Amino acid sequence: MLKLIGSRLATAVPSLIGVVIVTFMLTRVLPGDTAAYFAGPAATAESIAEIRTKLGLDKPLPVQFVDYVSALAKGDLGSSLSTGQPVAAEISARLPASAELTLAGLILALAIAVPFGIMAAVKQGSWVDHACRLITTAGVSLPVFFTGLLLVYVFYFKLGWAPAPLGRLDVFFSAPETVTGFYLIDSLIARDFETFRAALAQLAVPAITLAIFALAPIARMTRASMLSVLSSEFVRTARAAGLTDTTVIITYAFRNAMLPVVTTLGMVFSFLLGANVLVEKVFAWPGIGSYAVEALITSDYAPVQGFVLAMAILYVILNLLIDIAYGVIDPRARSEA
Amino acid sequence: MNRREFVKSASATAVATGTGVAAPAVFSSAQAQARNETLLIVSESGPNNLDIHGVGTNVPGYEANWNTYDRLITHEMTEKDGVRYYDRDKLKGELAEDMNIGDMSVTFKLKKNATFQDGSPVTAKDVKWSLDRAVSVGGFPTFQMKAGSLEKPEQFVVVDDHTVRVDFIRKDRLTIPDLAVIVPCVINSGLVQKNATEKDPWGLEYTKQNTAGSGAYRVTKWTPGTEVIFERFEDWKGGPLPKIKRVIWRMVPSAGNRRALLERGDADISYDLPNKDFVELKQSGKLNIVSVPYSNGVQYIGMNVKNPPFDNLKVREAIAYAIPYQKIMDAALFGLAKPMFGAPADAKTQVAWPEPTKFVTDLAKAKQLLAEAGYPNGLETTLSFDLGFAGVNEPLCVLLQENLAQIGIKTTINKIPGANWRTELTKKVLPLFTNVFSGWLDYPEYFFFWCYHGNNSIFNTMSYQSAAMDAFIDGARAAAANGDKAAYDAGVKGMVDLAFADVPRIPLYQPYVNVAMQKNITGYEYWFHRRLDYRAFQKG
Repeated sequence: MLKLIGSRLATAVPSLIGVVIVTFMLTRVLPGDTAAYFAGPAATAESIAEIRTKLGLDKPLPVQFVDYVSALAKGDLGSSLSTGQPVAAEISARLPASAELTLAGLILALAIAVPFGIMAAVKQGSWVDHACRLITTAGVSLPVFFTGLLLVYVFYFKLGWAPAPLGRLDVFFSAPETVTGFYLIDSLIARDFETFRAALAQLAVPAITLAIFALAPIARMTRASMLSVLSSEFVRTARAAGLTDTTVIITYAFRNAMLPVVTTLGMVFSFLLGANVLVEKVFAWPGIGSYAVEALITSDYAPVQGFVLAMAILYVILNLLIDIAYGVIDPRARSEA
Repeated sequence: MNRREFVKSASATAVATGTGVAAPAVFSSAQAQARNETLLIVSESGPNNLDIHGVGTNVPGYEANWNTYDRLITHEMTEKDGVRYYDRDKLKGELAEDMNIGDMSVTFKLKKNATFQDGSPVTAKDVKWSLDRAVSVGGFPTFQMKAGSLEKPEQFVVVDDHTVRVDFIRKDRLTIPDLAVIVPCVINSGLVQKNATEKDPWGLEYTKQNTAGSGAYRVTKWTPGTEVIFERFEDWKGGPLPKIKRVIWRMVPSAGNRRALLERGDADISYDLPNKDFVELKQSGKLNIVSVPYSNGVQYIGMNVKNPPFDNLKVREAIAYAIPYQKIMDAALFGLAKPMFGAPADAKTQVAWPEPTKFVTDLAKAKQLLAEAGYPNGLETTLSFDLGFAGVNEPLCVLLQENLAQIGIKTTINKIPGANWRTELTKKVLPLFTNVFSGWLDYPEYFFFWCYHGNNSIFNTMSYQSAAMDAFIDGARAAAANGDKAAYDAGVKGMVDLAFADVPRIPLYQPYVNVAMQKNITGYEYWFHRRLDYRAFQKG
């Protein structure tokens, strides 16, 4: 297992180096002049040049790249111009917000989609199957920002059930002491149940928005994978041996159907991180996606590079976890590695 | 604000009503008091720097600075069309208790009891250090100081602990008003110098994150891109103690949600909603809506007069007669702007700016002018706009494109991202474009100096050059400095007439600042910088 992790990590190194080079080049190739943008509405050519010098943007590209890499080696991702903060601090403050939202959405989606997919496969052609098809089609075809705005309109504006879409906590609450950065967990650690409830209330609608989007691929994949497993010979044998339906479906069929579901899960997680950008915008969520988009709009290089790098590292970790999960689920995967 | 108490009462209510959700709109009577002293503002974007002297401080940053620092002097308030409006010509002391204007200098006596937010007294040394900083750090602050002929640290002289003199390097009517804009704020020099480094002698890194002023509010928490929390400074000496104790400024990127928050009564103030929303909110009558024209600001159609086809006056006139003025007012702005076109044919030129042109939409005349200019079969060009303000710019350009097509001018619309817009303007190559300019200092000659003068500043986006125009502008500036009213009036009338005769740019309208507030909020004040002043707000 350790050998597997080691070899996986080793293969990730070249891709990370590639990411560093490509994002550096891409942000420099983008149209837009950072110095002109930040020089403000009443800038003269001289004041723009002054800012360019201050930001080090007047140096040739290779020099800028060496500066960037040597700072990176010290863990310094540079400073964002639009928020005025060091990028590393911003990302570490904002990543938990995005991760909490994405995980909540994913867990919610899993809790609904997996049983749904299994039922649809077991009772193929029944009303459950049709309902599954309908909901998954709706889930993929509705853009997240639309679902988000619709839910805000219905649950906040019309019904008044949901709290105001103002980010992670209502304005009259203060954040729990940071341990994990996840408000739900931190407030429990602090035994502050009111804050827990408030954070949960804020999280509910955006998490549902994300879950609706994530439902479709998980449910479809569970259904398809279950169908193929259920029609295989070992299931027929198990049934012939007189095992109960529960044992056959859960113990034998589902475990074998899980491999493609886990693969899909990895993909869905990465989709969700992308979809997050829009959901964060709609719900004023102080996450990493809205931060990166804003930086991109203002040609603020450092956060964009930091964001892409953080995402790349996240993907590497995610893929590693999925590989390990493979090994746990299927012993063959362990030996093949 | 006692959070514990609020939390208890909110959860008690939540339990009582049997819902599992803590509804933020439900407040017990004990909490109503705290809520009454707290102002919740929502806007699209927030500050990137709390110090206007910083590198690339954005416009929301100006608002943070305005409310947390004092200046030597500030403007009196007056009333204009039912809105409290800053009085351009009447100044009063903020940190100064007395201002004595001499022939070539002005002397300020400081209020003796004024202190910074950390308790240290405000002294003449702090004032000099702050003004030195403004003219030395470069970039926008230095540039703004220059607009009032404030250029060198030697101009600021400490007379004694509580007296400062500002020497003039030349006579300039804008020097005194320029001391009342946001830039010449007074900073706690002792505190900032303690936190300055060798690489950063002016302590810009420190003031980026921390407020070090004597203003009515101080920033107690700032999460960039999310929220800013201001608390009242109880010992403020710049004016009467504000009614609002705490201001929470949250960034809500989605305009739809900002509107929902207002309509549900959760947010108190929002000021950057699309025009359509403002019109609908106004009609619904549930909120207080204030619309005030930008002082000294005009949205216009600009043309590059250096290159064909717009180097030809007749082509420019053809465009001016082809613009669908009224349609733009109705469909792009929903009536929320002041028209700057269609003045009666016999109207006399005023000594004022902005003022309307005599142009109206007349496609037959436009077509004829185009033929006279030598383009009977029309021409092709591009029409550019800043995507950062696409809400208004896009419909405006589409309407213009339609009308131009009718007189044979084929246009391709060129959408330029906000980050790139200024770069493109600096190059001065866009043939046809729309843009807006507004000046903090509300004087016609200030506007014309930036937009029409032959020294070709970035805002002379048309590359317009005219010796006659330069003579009018320079004449008006000199006349203003010497108090020669007749010469000044002649100069202003001359430049307006020439600008309308040569039409390098066609004024469209004066945009409005739109602010939506709950009915129980009063005390909105319009300032030249167009941002919110928290000090006058009241609730309940």
